[in-house]
Amino acid sequence: MPKITYIDHEGRDFIVDGEVGQTVMETAIKHDVPGIVAECGGACSCATCHVYVDPAWRETTGEPSQMEEDMLDFAFDIRPESRLSCQLRISDAFNGLIVRIPEHQG
Amino acid sequence: MNGDSPIQTDAIIIGAGPVGLFAVFELGLLDIKSHVIDILDRPGGQCAELYPEKPIYDIPALPIVTGQELTDRLLEQIKPFHPTFHFNERVDSLTRTEDGFELATDGGIRFRAKVVVIAAGGGSFTPKRPPLEGIEGFEGKSVFYAVKRMDEFRGRDVVIVGGGDSALDWTLNLQPIAKSMTLIHRRDEFRAAPDSVKKMRELVASGAMQLRIGQVTQLRGADGQLEGLSVRGQGTEVFDLACDRLLPFFGLTMKLGPIADWGLNLEENLIPVDTEKFQTSEPGIFAIGDINTYPGKLKLILSGFHEAALMAQQAYHIIFPGKRLLFQYTTSSSNLQKKLGVI
Repeated sequence: MPKITYIDHEGRDFIVDGEVGQTVMETAIKHDVPGIVAECGGACSCATCHVYVDPAWRETTGEPSQMEEDMLDFAFDIRPESRLSCQLRISDAFNGLIVRIPEHQG
Repeated sequence: MNGDSPIQTDAIIIGAGPVGLFAVFELGLLDIKSHVIDILDRPGGQCAELYPEKPIYDIPALPIVTGQELTDRLLEQIKPFHPTFHFNERVDSLTRTEDGFELATDGGIRFRAKVVVIAAGGGSFTPKRPPLEGIEGFEGKSVFYAVKRMDEFRGRDVVIVGGGDSALDWTLNLQPIAKSMTLIHRRDEFRAAPDSVKKMRELVASGAMQLRIGQVTQLRGADGQLEGLSVRGQGTEVFDLACDRLLPFFGLTMKLGPIADWGLNLEENLIPVDTEKFQTSEPGIFAIGDINTYPGKLKLILSGFHEAALMAQQAYHIIFPGKRLLFQYTTSSSNLQKKLGVI
């Protein structure tokens, strides 16, 4: 199972087993990783599952879609590595993925 | 409207999401008249606001339905009961009277009802507050999340933040009366209607306003009076902007809101109810749908529908005390069919 590492804004890390086909948001909720709110439940319509993908992993995770880019307008402290974790679907290539969780989800 | 006498009705339903709408149906079958209040400008709740185009797969007998379709179908289903809707209103106060409850909205509408049904889902949709230090102190004085009075912005150095229709519409509407207008957005692409974006770009080209790409990182000012902003632009660029009015438009989020002040027992922002009547700690006040909690609760639309049906039974006994309630099926009861207008 691909291992996913979440690092919160205080630097604490949460390493959990992800499941291929699930999203990085769903995996965080399932394992009680703090800081991912996911108010809309994964519909890409609330921007409260915002994460920063570790620069080394940006190529693997790809670019956000137009819809996701639009939704990111509703999040705060957007950086080039900003993604909505409900749009990151886990594949075997995600094994070792590191994402950082912002202090605020709005 | 404060001077007007309150609107009298049997039931007030707070929330026009799918569960609130279906409550109109279940109450209506029992001859209970409802008024429905919602903070949004249209029915549907989260289905309309968060996922109108997204398919829902777990509504019984509808293998696939979008949030908007579900809302439209419910509106059609409850038509025979002629509910009255009050949109763009938030219920601020709820107090017990001799024979029921009195409610008042932020818009000053007052209601008197025998029962209250809270079907408020995740709570009130409220504007997102940017996580900027000290922003609370400026709110209502120089930072606003909506334009209630345009005069508030007349002759001011106005900054609007955002890239959607609210941001662009208010940029265009306030630019003629503002002393200066600056639109800040994190990228040079906009979700707003292309026509508004075109007009905004024309104003920028003619020098009538500014567009700056970046994100606000800090507010400056004192005693509620904003004096300026720090902005992180593209790359490593950081700049300051002088302004005395700020309108951030970052969409909506759900907050429990005034419900917390109505004296009801709460558990982590949810309202505990029993599973026979779905009544709260206060007799005559019910809570159905995502806002309630009980052992085994599932936040599903279908659970809310079931809760609405059971709530209506108890509401009947409160509204028509002593009257016997006969259980009937819509398939066979001519009495119910008459109410539905099908015979």
